[in-house]
Amino acid sequence: MSAAARLYRRSPLARTLFSFFTIALVFLAFADIEVTTVDPWDEFARLLTGIVTPDFFATENLIAAIVNTLAFAFLGVAFGVGLGFLLALGFHSRLVRTFCVVVRAVHELFWALIFLQMFGLSPLTGILAIGIPYAGIVAKVFAEILEEADGRAVDAAPTGSGRLSTLLFVRLPDVWSHFRTYALYRLECGLRSSAVLGFVGLPTLGFHLETAFRQGQYSEVSALLILFYVIIASQRLWARRQLVPIYLIGAALVLPWSADISGANIIRFLTVDIVPFPLRDGGGIQGLADWLWVLTSNQAVPGSIATIQLTMIALVATGLLSACLFPFISPQMFGRPTRALAHLALVVTRSTPEYILAFVFLQLWGPSMLPAIVALALHNGGIIGHLIGRHTETLTLRADAPTGLNRYAYELLPRVYRSLLALLFYRWEVIMRETAILGILGIATLGFYVDSAFAELRFDRALFLIALTALLNIAIDVTSRRVRAYLRLRTTLEGR
Amino acid sequence: MHILDLEGVPAGYSGRPVLNDIHLRIEPGEQIAIVGESGVGKTTLLRLIRERCVASTAIIPQDLGLVQALSVFHNVYMGQLHNRSTIHNLRTLFWPARRDVDAVRDVLTPLRLADETFSAVRRLSGGQQQRTAVARALFNDATVLIGDEPVSAVDDHQAREVLSLARGQKETIILALHDRELALSFADRIIGLKDGRIAMDTPTAGLQPGDLDGLYQS
Repeated sequence: MSAAARLYRRSPLARTLFSFFTIALVFLAFADIEVTTVDPWDEFARLLTGIVTPDFFATENLIAAIVNTLAFAFLGVAFGVGLGFLLALGFHSRLVRTFCVVVRAVHELFWALIFLQMFGLSPLTGILAIGIPYAGIVAKVFAEILEEADGRAVDAAPTGSGRLSTLLFVRLPDVWSHFRTYALYRLECGLRSSAVLGFVGLPTLGFHLETAFRQGQYSEVSALLILFYVIIASQRLWARRQLVPIYLIGAALVLPWSADISGANIIRFLTVDIVPFPLRDGGGIQGLADWLWVLTSNQAVPGSIATIQLTMIALVATGLLSACLFPFISPQMFGRPTRALAHLALVVTRSTPEYILAFVFLQLWGPSMLPAIVALALHNGGIIGHLIGRHTETLTLRADAPTGLNRYAYELLPRVYRSLLALLFYRWEVIMRETAILGILGIATLGFYVDSAFAELRFDRALFLIALTALLNIAIDVTSRRVRAYLRLRTTLEGR
Repeated sequence: MHILDLEGVPAGYSGRPVLNDIHLRIEPGEQIAIVGESGVGKTTLLRLIRERCVASTAIIPQDLGLVQALSVFHNVYMGQLHNRSTIHNLRTLFWPARRDVDAVRDVLTPLRLADETFSAVRRLSGGQQQRTAVARALFNDATVLIGDEPVSAVDDHQAREVLSLARGQKETIILALHDRELALSFADRIIGLKDGRIAMDTPTAGLQPGDLDGLYQS
């Protein structure tokens, strides 16, 4: 026994996991996870009733909501992939890399809040809000794909072929299919982002979802969500290369471009509004220091603590939930009927953006960290559970392998836990970015203060706090990479 | 009282028969070696024997079926998973009881693996991994041992040592072996496969390796 005990104490993995558990538990002890609504189950029952009785004719806005969601997704993702591709070509430049890190560290919804001040409700707001952060992500992934590509063909090209010719004839053809696959995956993300943009006022699914929820029209909520799932699930059927130009032109035609954009407005926002107030007002260095102190002590620090707190709890909850979910879709554990049901449940949880899940739970349980924790764990646990469950399909166990819980604990979990942890730490940064954003729903993370600053038209504060979320994100990204390197966690699963 | 009785049974994968018309009866206490060219159906026959055997079986698959991320101890302990409560098994994963560690060590010591008790299997050599799989089967309390080339990765001397250890602990042993001399020295009955059927089924007493040549000529 002492040998065994020593083994676990020495293992870096056991120690790391123990630290993460401890941190999450301590944070949880201080977290507000109280259900404050009077009749959470009553409301839940009404929601369930609505879910099973979808009403597709509740509103004529249904079609418009879906069409707008698609249109923003198409144009935003096209812009993001196009710009990301160009940036990937220049990824050797430190300036380009830094630019990409910064733009992707800021969430789409924050970008939307910024662009709303510049372009109002013009479609440009939605397209840029999706396109700008996506460009940063796409550039990184495309650059990685280009780097991993076979270098021998490039070496074989005649010297002096010119960079553009080499690119077009030698480098691109090999990686083109990877680019296409990834762009398709981005489109799925774009659909989710586009739906969520409705929550800040753009005419997409989220807007109607919020309205329907506020009015208690759960049958309409159900219809909206079902249509959304159908679109995402059928993506392979309709997302065809030949149709892309038609979709893009169609999208550009449907969006209401009438809202006028004022150049003066944009210039004022960029040159006046976002400059810290004391500098505009002649408050001098002392004024700026006071401004910074008040902002930091009242908003930045409490907001950051809450953001990190929620992130760590959600991260550990996601890991635990993933480990519980994946066996239900694994042919090593369950038969076809159970697996089919589990697959359906996982499709729903991973297709629904965290923001929408959190919004739903918030309506049921009232404002606290609980809805956010459950939403983050369900969405991310659904994604990781799906990937790991699928991975177990490739495992072959010996003929007399144990069954039931023994099979799970001794045969399955030991074979997949490293991949599971790799995916989990990979999503750490995603969870953090999403956590900040959930503040808009009223949980006191950084997003809460950003949203309030925008509401009070204090754009200088908003920008400062958004920059802070970006810094936190970059810090988590670096930490996650260190942890994965330290634990030598690598995954060959599609974890991007 | 036999533990297996097959009367003209075919065997194969997904409806495609590899072996035909198998007549085979096995009594408790027999030590059987199955020989034949690679691809002739030895693994298929072992699978059929395992499925039809009325006694409890412990197996050593050709690919060993070890869990690489777990320690030697845990892999061997798996031989007894079915005899312990699930709660005890879950606890053992994190905090093994001294009694279990000692019991597993007793199996590992003659296999010269005691020093590696708490090493992760993935860090072991091929031969050590194979002996771990043997240990798992020996730790299992089943009376019948079925092994598919269980000593292919250890040297000749160790192979004999491992097999005689197995003979001392299991009542009935059925092994597929490619080494003809080893097969003859270990087994008291030999089953030779050729062209999709049992071409030879005799006691080994008095047989020479050359007597098996017929199985390997086309």
